[in-house]
Amino acid sequence: MSAEQILQYIFAGITVGSIYAFVAIGYNIIYNATGIINFAQGEFVMLGGMIAYTFSQYMPLLPAIILAVIITSAIGGLIESVFIRRMKKNSVLGMIVVTIGISILLREASLYVWDEQIRALRFFTGSEISSVNIFGARISPQVLWVLGVTIVLVIVMFLFFKFTLTGQAMRACSENSRAAKLCGIRTDSMVNLSFMLSAGIGALGGCVVSPLTQTHYAMGTDLAIKGFIVAILGGLGNATAAVAAGILLGLIESFSISILPMAYKDVVSIVILLVILLVKPSGIFGSVQASSMKDY
Amino acid sequence: MKKILVMLIVVGLLVVTLGTSCKQKEEGTIKIGAIFAVTGGASFLGAPEARTAEMVVEEINAGGGIDGRMIELIIKDSAANPEKAISFVKQLIEEDQVLAIIGPSTSGETMQIKDIAESYKVPLVAAAAAEAIVDPVASYVFKTPQKDSYVAKWIFSTMQSMGIKRIGIVAANTGFGNAGKGQLEKYAPDFGIEIAIAETYDRAATDLTALLTKLKAKNVDAVVNWSIVPAQSIVPKNMKQLGMDVPLFQSHGFGNTKYIEAAGAAAEGIIFPAGRLLVAEKLPDGNPQKETLVAYKKAYESKYGEDVSTFGGHAYDAIMLVVEAIKNADTVDREGVRNALESISGFPGTGGIFTFSPTDHNGLGMDSLEMLTVRNGEFDFLQ
Repeated sequence: MSAEQILQYIFAGITVGSIYAFVAIGYNIIYNATGIINFAQGEFVMLGGMIAYTFSQYMPLLPAIILAVIITSAIGGLIESVFIRRMKKNSVLGMIVVTIGISILLREASLYVWDEQIRALRFFTGSEISSVNIFGARISPQVLWVLGVTIVLVIVMFLFFKFTLTGQAMRACSENSRAAKLCGIRTDSMVNLSFMLSAGIGALGGCVVSPLTQTHYAMGTDLAIKGFIVAILGGLGNATAAVAAGILLGLIESFSISILPMAYKDVVSIVILLVILLVKPSGIFGSVQASSMKDY
Repeated sequence: MKKILVMLIVVGLLVVTLGTSCKQKEEGTIKIGAIFAVTGGASFLGAPEARTAEMVVEEINAGGGIDGRMIELIIKDSAANPEKAISFVKQLIEEDQVLAIIGPSTSGETMQIKDIAESYKVPLVAAAAAEAIVDPVASYVFKTPQKDSYVAKWIFSTMQSMGIKRIGIVAANTGFGNAGKGQLEKYAPDFGIEIAIAETYDRAATDLTALLTKLKAKNVDAVVNWSIVPAQSIVPKNMKQLGMDVPLFQSHGFGNTKYIEAAGAAAEGIIFPAGRLLVAEKLPDGNPQKETLVAYKKAYESKYGEDVSTFGGHAYDAIMLVVEAIKNADTVDREGVRNALESISGFPGTGGIFTFSPTDHNGLGMDSLEMLTVRNGEFDFLQ
C-alpha cells in the first residue's frame, strides 16, 4: 500500500468516525444528566437534516441550519416533558425502552411530514465534485467542516460541563439526583436541558453530514446503533472519549476494508467491541472507578 | 368486575366489526392484493408503487370498472421485510381471497413468496427486478421490470464501444444488488471485460470512500454500481471527492430524479440503462410506448406533485397487465387470469412492449431498455 493510499484510508476512516462521534456525543449528554441511553438520538440527527433541507429551499444555508437546530432542540425538550418526565417512577431501563418507542414515533412522523425520498443539503463550501488535495490524498471540503464542527463542539462541551454552573449542575443530577435536588438544583429543568442540548447537537450533526451521507427518514436507526457502539467503546459519559472512539472505529473499519471484503466491515467492528468489553468493560477511555458507580 | 366489563366490550366490538366487514363484501367486486415496501429501507420503490396502483385503480373504477365490476385494491406494506411479505401473501390469499397479487417491490421478498404463490395457484405479478423471479419459470409468477441480464449486456456493450476493458463492481448487499453482481460476473467474459474487483456494501452505507479507494488502487477503467439504495448518489459523490475520473455505470435502479438531485453536480455523466419512462417526452412521436408513458407521467405528476420514477412504472405495468388479463380471461378466476396473462401479446407498458409466453414471464426484450445518461441535471439519451 502506498503512503497516499494509507492517507486516503485514514481520511475515509476519519470521515465515517466523526459521523459516529456526533451521535455518541448526544448519547453522552443525556446519559450524563439522567443515566438514560436515548435511542432516539439517531432520529434527532435525521430531523436536523430534514428540517434544514426544507428551510434551505427558502433561505440561505446558515439560518436554515440555525432554525433546524432550534426546532429540533424544542422537539427534544418537548419529548422530555411529555414522555420522560411522566415516567420518572420507572426504572432507567423502562425509560430506555420509552426512548426506543420515541425513535419509532419520530421516524414514522417524519415519513408522514416529508416522504420516503432522500434529500441532501448543499455543500457548505464547494460542491459535490470539489475535493481538497492533501499530500496526494483527496478529501471533500465537507469532511473538513464535519471535523471542524466536531472539534469545536468537543471543546465547548468540555468547558460547559467543567466550568459553568449549569454544566456542573447537570453532572450532579446524574451522580445523584436526590442529592442534587437537596443542593437546590432544579433536576427537572436540568434533564429537560440535557434533552434539548443533545437534540440540538444531533441536529447540528445531521446538517453538517447531510451533504455527504444524505438524509432519509429511516437513517436514524443505523446511526443510533453505531453511535451507541462508539459511546460504549469510549466509555459512557465522556464526550472527548466518544470522539476518539468514533474516529478509532472509523479507522478500524476503513483499514479492514483495505484488506478484507467490505461485507466483513461490521463483523470486524463488533468483534473489536466485544474484545474491549471483555478486557476493559468501562470502555477504552473510561475510568474503572467511575464506571463502578454507574448503574450499568 | 371491571375487567370482565372491558372484556365484554372488546368482544362486543369484535363481533360488530366482523359483522360489518362481512356485510361490506359486495358481490361483484374484483379483489386484487398488493404488497409494496411503502415504508422502510426500500420505501423509495414501494411508496411510488403503492401510489401508482391506487391511482390506476381509482381511474379504472371511475371509468366504470372492468365490465361494470369495481376493483378493490388491498395494499399491504411489507417494509421490504421478507417475513412480513410471506405473512401478507398468505393473508391476501386465504383471508382476503384475492384474485391476483401485484408486487412485492424488492427481489429478496419476491424470491421468498415465489413458491407460495405457485403452490396456492395465485397469479403474482412482481415489480421487482431480479431475473431469478422468472428463471426458472413458475407458472403463476410474472414480473414487470426488465431482466438483469439485459441490463448487464447493455452496460457491457456500451463499455465495449467506449473501449473499456477493466472494471470494478460495487453492489448493495441486497437481493437486487447480489443478483446484479452475479449477472455482471456471468456476462463479462462474453464481452471481453475483466472484473478487477467486485465488492458489496451495506444497504444503509453512508460513506463509501474507503471502498472506492480500494477500487482506485486497482486502476479500473470504469466503475459499475448496482443497487437501488441511496448509495446510488453517494458513490458518484465519493468518486469525485477521491478524484476518480473514470466513467460510472449504474443499474436501472437509478431511475429516480431524486438521486440526481442528491448527487448534484456529481451525477453528470452517469451512464445507465433504463426503460423509456424517464425520457418519455423526448421520445419520437411514432414510438408505440409514447402515449402510455406520457399519459402515466402526466397523471402521476399532477396527482402527487412529484417526479415519476421507473419503480412506479413497474407497478403501473403490473396492475395494467392484471387488468388486461381479467378483461381477456375466459373465466374470472385465478387460473383464468393466469392463462390470460400468459397469452398477453404486444401490450405497451412503461417498461416496454410486453409479450408473455409459457417460457417467458417477463415478456420484455433487449429493446425495452435505452442507454441513458445525466445531462444538465436531467435524464437524457446517451447518444
